[in-house]
Order: sequence, then structure tokens, then C-alpha cells
Amino acid sequence: MGNTLLKMQNITKEFPGVKALDQVNIEVEEGEIHAICGENGAGKSTLMNVLSGIYPYGSYSGDIIFNGKECRFHTIKESEHQGIAIIHQELALVPYLSLAENMFLGNEQATSGVINWDLTYQKCAEYMKMVGLHENPHTLVKDIGMGKQQLAEIAKALAKSVKLLILDEPTSSLNESDAKNLLDLLLEFKKNRGITSILISHKLNELAYCADKITIIRDGHTIETLVKGKDEISEARIIKGMVGREMTSRFPPREHHIGDVALEIKDWTVYHPLYADRKVVNNASINIHRGEVVGVAGLIGAGRTELAMSIFGKAYGTHISGELYLDGKLVELHSIAQAITDGLAYVTEDRKGNGLIVPDSIKHNITLARTVFISKNGILDKDLELHKAKEIREKLNVKTPSVEQLVGNLSGGNQQKVLIGKWIFAQPNVLLLDEPTRGIDVGAKYEIYQIINNLVAQGKAVLMISSELPELLGMCDRIYVMNESRIIAELDGNDASQESIMGYIMQDSKGEIGA
Amino acid sequence: MNKVKRLFKGNLKQYSLLIALVAIIAFFQIVTGGLLLKPMNVSNIVFQNAYVVILAIGMLMCILTGGNIDLSVGSVVALVSAAAGQMIIVWKWDVYFSIGICLILGIMVGIWQGFWIAYVRIPAFIVTLSGQLVFRGATLLLLNGMTLAPFPSNYLMFSTGFIAKAARVNFMGTELNIVCLITGVAIALIFCVVQVISNNSRKRKGYETVTPLALALKLLVISAALIWFFTLLAQYQGIPTVLVILGALLIVYTFFTTKTVAGRHLYALGGNEKAARLSGVKTNRLFFLAYVNMGFLAAVAGMVFAARLNSASPVTGTSFELDAIGACFIGGASAYGGVGTVGGTLIGALIMGMLNNGMSIMGLSSNLQQVVKGLVLLGAVAMDVISKMNLDLLPKRKKAVVLEGAKS
Repeated sequence: MGNTLLKMQNITKEFPGVKALDQVNIEVEEGEIHAICGENGAGKSTLMNVLSGIYPYGSYSGDIIFNGKECRFHTIKESEHQGIAIIHQELALVPYLSLAENMFLGNEQATSGVINWDLTYQKCAEYMKMVGLHENPHTLVKDIGMGKQQLAEIAKALAKSVKLLILDEPTSSLNESDAKNLLDLLLEFKKNRGITSILISHKLNELAYCADKITIIRDGHTIETLVKGKDEISEARIIKGMVGREMTSRFPPREHHIGDVALEIKDWTVYHPLYADRKVVNNASINIHRGEVVGVAGLIGAGRTELAMSIFGKAYGTHISGELYLDGKLVELHSIAQAITDGLAYVTEDRKGNGLIVPDSIKHNITLARTVFISKNGILDKDLELHKAKEIREKLNVKTPSVEQLVGNLSGGNQQKVLIGKWIFAQPNVLLLDEPTRGIDVGAKYEIYQIINNLVAQGKAVLMISSELPELLGMCDRIYVMNESRIIAELDGNDASQESIMGYIMQDSKGEIGA
Repeated sequence: MNKVKRLFKGNLKQYSLLIALVAIIAFFQIVTGGLLLKPMNVSNIVFQNAYVVILAIGMLMCILTGGNIDLSVGSVVALVSAAAGQMIIVWKWDVYFSIGICLILGIMVGIWQGFWIAYVRIPAFIVTLSGQLVFRGATLLLLNGMTLAPFPSNYLMFSTGFIAKAARVNFMGTELNIVCLITGVAIALIFCVVQVISNNSRKRKGYETVTPLALALKLLVISAALIWFFTLLAQYQGIPTVLVILGALLIVYTFFTTKTVAGRHLYALGGNEKAARLSGVKTNRLFFLAYVNMGFLAAVAGMVFAARLNSASPVTGTSFELDAIGACFIGGASAYGGVGTVGGTLIGALIMGMLNNGMSIMGLSSNLQQVVKGLVLLGAVAMDVISKMNLDLLPKRKKAVVLEGAKS
């Protein structure tokens, strides 16, 4: 391998009351893909923010040596100038600007302040080609999917002649095939362009696929760096490093006591709210028993979220047709409020956008969906509310000293627990969980799985939508496979495998094209 | 000790506002040589600011829905006072009946604007900007550009009168209004008793309580402030009628925002509308009702103000919306919605009111007064924004907005 491109030595960064980074060391060689993994709150993002100048020189201690020079970045601009580009988990594209405008935002192709649009669009097309993004440079960012937006971000970094590309959980909102494309792209960059990448990821299979080295960070310390080919790289080893304990199993065991059908839909069809002729759910029929975890697998855009939300009091879609049975009784849910009263809960995939009131306290968030439980005649009993919120906190092990704490101050895993706690408080019979472990670390995931197991042990029914197939395989009694708005298969949890699920999807998509 | 610390920390925002208010009062008291807190001037301050507080309460409800403001309230105040003038002065209608009609008029204005804002989803800024023009124009049409005056005394009673003005006794050499004094003491007592009872019941149920010392301190300070305030009023003419209206509104809206389900839903709507909707909150209806309520309170303010001027003039209420919005933001309401209290808004209005009154007594030109008020508004909101940066809430929210757009 080549020379050392980046060396971060004894980096220590303190926030009031917390040492986020404590003497962290990391060395990245030129032309390698270096993965950093660690639990949420371990300090990965903080480290990258130090590197890219978001936390300016002086606010941390330690040295950064990049390309043989000691660097003291005060702004992101300065680090970008040196060829360091960071792509955040939450994309920073402007939805109502075109791809080309976004790509050269802050790096406009201009002479003395006047933009050369011909050059802008031409260059944009070139860079998009490099990343395999086949779109018109005039297309607005809001009109393309998350996977393509991710590629656009990378093209944007290329446009700044990047030497070191930092990706913070780039695949957390991508489906498996988009995620693989992205990783292949990184491998291709490494091979043909000599671009070095730092990849922050929770997904261990991705690391095994493309990383040359893996540095594990826990509680602000570097634990170890594993080198491909030299050290044994296995999930068990990485997990052990991250959580500091052996995890014998990623999924907690569960006893199976399957009861009567709790929820059933028949011939369920939902149309898109804006494009009235587009079916987002097409003639779907599924059922969930009490005490059962039922998975829904499928690619992004297959209609899984739309299915769950349309069941939940018609929270999504128009012209919904089909029959909905709760505990064997035919019902029609006209509103979300009615769905909640009838024992449904929908735990959204987008916890900050659709799930939680971020600037409000934990206790207010927990009680919001069922304020009747803490009020009489429309008047709140705040003492009771506090009491109930504390109960939920204990039950779900939300790590916070007080339920008065604002949700915005919690880590992702704890926010997710509050979100689930909010719906447990609502005492549902059927929980529709949409990506319940997205963007949270392995330890917190395990705890969420335990919560799910407890719920089904109490006789509740759980529908679990997930883009992580191992999770579905590990947790579900049965799995429905959804593709292009239809349910295409129903598999037993024990017989299903990643290959069989992907096989169904591939075959179905092929059939569509052939027809 | 920790609990006391937490008590102070949790209410720091509210207390820091209170400290600012006390500092402003102290400053003007000194600079004006004690004129500011002369009994007559204290009554004056109540009269001068009553309408601002009423409007600001309504404005707070709108701001809570998501930083939405109502630019039309000044025009609605004008329209309602013109209607009151027309009915009471020109047509000689019964005062109570006319007041009823005026309140209905305000509610109808609220329904009109609320419909466009909540159900058609036209930005509140635009709907109420339109309302500002429409209702100002309607006022001019109604009054034909003229001023109507004077109102009969039984109408004026509601705003500029005093309660039991004649009940005065001589107490250690000063004439005092005994009703006012007794009311002040009674309110302080009731407040203390309620606080102690609720604290005890919390203790009995095993919930967290404040330490007796902290409670006693709090009750002492608040009771002393209340009794002192009523003593000042008693030295002049007693309790202004408008103070009763104001007190009732403050109690009702504080109760609504802190103790009711609907109030809680209002905060949720402003904090994250999508999350509120997915929690079963009827977001559109709540949004609509916030503006209906604003129309109602604008009507109340319009009648109070007409009585104070003792006339209905076509230029009444110009730029009142700015005072009301300013009071909310100085009082700690978030420009993004979901954060703000009635108490804070009251303090915000009083800070503005004290600045107005104090600077007028000092004889500063109204031009200079505007400059000062403008800077105070910016300073207050800047403090709010900077204090949130520590919580790291603001940047996240901004990012989230960009992302939401990208997904849809």
C-alpha cells in the first residue's frame, strides 16, 4: 500500500460535561477504504466533524496531518480546499434546485461572479456519468429518489477534486441493490482514481465487502484497527469490539405462542394521493396473528410504508378499497384517531420527521397519541402523565436522567425507544413497525428486538417492515415479500433466506419487464 | 438542593424574562424620578397595555401552530370598533346586544381567515396580509372616513371604568380603595392555598414535589408582588374593569395551554405537524380554531380600545399586530412554533409597555422610541435563538426541513 494520507493523533474533544473523544488515533493510507464503526454516540461523527473543520481548530486538542502537512481547519471550506469532502447521513442537497445547481453550489463555475451555465451543465453531466447517475442535469433534486441523491452528493464531492471522501452512514436509507451500487462505486474509485474513502457504517456485511481496514471506536476511544487479510474480520469480532462484550446472538430468543388473527386485509388497493391513476398498493391480502411477528420485505418504493400507513386510518393514499378485519370483525377506519382507539399503532420509519416532536420533552412525546389516558374531560392530569412516562422509560430502558429532557438531546437509539414507547403507551393490539431499527447501533437494536419479543409475548401482533433482510429473517415468524405494489410471496420464517427473498423480487421484476 | 437548582434551571427562561422586566422597571423608576410607579401611572399602564395583552394571547395561539402570525389584527380591531360605533352611537342599539354582535363579527373574520389558512393551506402570512387590506378597507367604507364619538358611559364602563370606585377609606393618612385592597389580599391568599394544596396532594400520591423552602420563597415573592400591585391601584381609583377582563383571559388561556388536551395538541402541532397528525391529532381543525380564536380576541381588543379612545376612528389599530407579535417573541415564543407560554407573553407585553410608558415620561421622541423597541425585539429573539443553539435543536430542525422537501 501507499503513503499515509491522513494521520489524526491524540484527538480529544470535550463538550460541556462529556468527553466525546479521548486520545483517538487513526491512520489512513492513500488509496484505501477505511471503515470506522462503533455504537451510536461512540464518537464517529464527532471525529469526522473535527477532521472536516466543522469543529474548528482550537476547540479540540491533538494533531491532524493530511497529505504530509499539519492542518488546522477553521471552516469546512478550508478542509474542502485540501480535498476532504464529507457526505453526511442527512443529505445536504437543496430540493428545489437542479442537479447541476446543487453540484456546483458553493463551487460555482463562474468568472468574476457571473455563472457560466453551459459549462456548469456540461461538467455536471460528466461527473454524473462517473458515478453512474443517469439523469438530466436540469432535473430538480426533489424529483429523484434517495439512492440517486446519494450519488449526486458523491458527484458533488468529485467536482471539488476530492482526495479523501468521508461517507457517514451512506447506505442507511438505501435498499440493498442501491447500497451495493454505492459500495461498488467506492471500490471503483479506489481502483481507477486512487480516491481514498472513510466509511462510517453500522452494517457489518458492508464493511466485510469493501473495507481494507476497520477502526473500531467505543466511548470516544480507539479500540483497535483490523486489517483485511491480516486480522480475522468477522461480525462477531467487530460487534465484540463495538459493544465491549461478546454477543452470542444478534437476535434474542423467543417462545412462539401464536393466537387468533388480529388483523387481516383482503384485496387492499391504494392509489397515490397525487397521481390518481397510480396504484401504490395493488390487491394486497395479508394477515397477522396475535403473538406473531410478520415481516414485509421489499425494495424501497415497493409500497411497504404505503401499505402500513393506509391501514392506519388511511394516513396515506386515496381511493382505498378492500376489507379490513380487526379480531375477525370487518371495520372501516376513517381517521387516524379512530385507528388508534381501535388498537392500531404505526411506528414511522422517519422518527424525526414524522414520529417525534423533537423540541418537546420525552413525557409529552410519550403521551401524545393517547392523551385520553392521562386526562379527564379534556383536562390533563400532569402528575399522572409524569408517572406513566417514567414507567415507559423504565420499561424500555431509555437512557436519560429525566423524562423532562427534550427529545432532541437524545441519541438516535434512545429517540427510537421513545418513539416505540409512545406507541406502547397507546396500548395497541397491532403494531405496524416501519424500519424500527434504522440508524441505530447494534446494542440498541438488540434492545428493540427484546421489546418486540415482549410485545408479542403479551399477545400483541407485530408487522415489521425492514430493509435489512437478516433482521427480518432473525425476527419474523412469517415474511411477506412485496414488489412493485403487490404482495408476491409469503414465506415461513424458518425456510426463508436472503437468497430466496431476493430471488422472488428479481424474478418478479423480470416478469414485469418481459410483459 | 438539587431540586431547587433544577427548579431554577427549568424556569430559567421565564425567570430571565422576569428579571429583565424588573430591571427595566427599576431603570425607568430611577430615571423618571419615581413617576413610573406613581399610583395614577400604574393604572395608566394597565389601560395602555390591556389591548396589547389581549391581542398577544391570541397571537401566541397562532404562533404556537408553527410560527404563523396574523397581520390582520390591527384592521380587525378597527373594523370591530367601527361596528361598535355604528351600532351604539349612530343606531343607538343596546350596548350588550351590540357587544354580542361585535364578538360574532370577530369570530366570523376568524372563520374566514382560518378556512383559507387551515383547509386550503394558503400561508397565514398571505391570508392575513390580504385580511389587513380587506378589513381596513371595510372599516373605511363603514365609517366613510369619519370618526364616530362619543360612546355612552355604560359602554365605557367595560374598559375605562373602575370597580367600586367610591369604596374608599382612610388608612394611615392615605386614601385607599378598600375593595381593591381586599381583592389583592384575597387573590394572594387563594393563590398560596391552591399551591400548597396541590403540592401536598402531589406529595401524598408520591410524585415529585418542590422543597418547602423553595415553595415558601416562591409564594412569598408572588404574594408580595400581587399585594403591592393592588395597593398601588388602591391608592388611585381601585381596580380597572379592564383588568378583570384581562385577568379572566389570562387565567383561561393559561389553563388551556397547560392543562387541557387541546392545548397540548396545539404545542404538538407546532412542534411537528406530521408527527402530530400521525398521533391522531386533528391538525387542520386545531389550526383553524387558532385563527377563529384570534378573530374573537381581536374583537374583544377592538371594543376595549374603542372605549379607551371613546371613539371609533378609521385609523384605529394601525400596526397593533406588530405590538402583539413583538410581545410574543420577546416573551419567549419560538418563531418556528411549538414553544411559548401565556405567562411569557404577558411579560413580553409588559416589557414593551414599560418601555413605551417610561420613554414617554422621559420625553423621548416617538421616533427614538421606535428604534429602541425594534432593537429590544431583535435582542430578545436573538437570545432565544442563541440559547437554543446550545441545545443543538435549531440546526437539526433546519436540516430536517430541507430533507422533507427532498423526499416528497
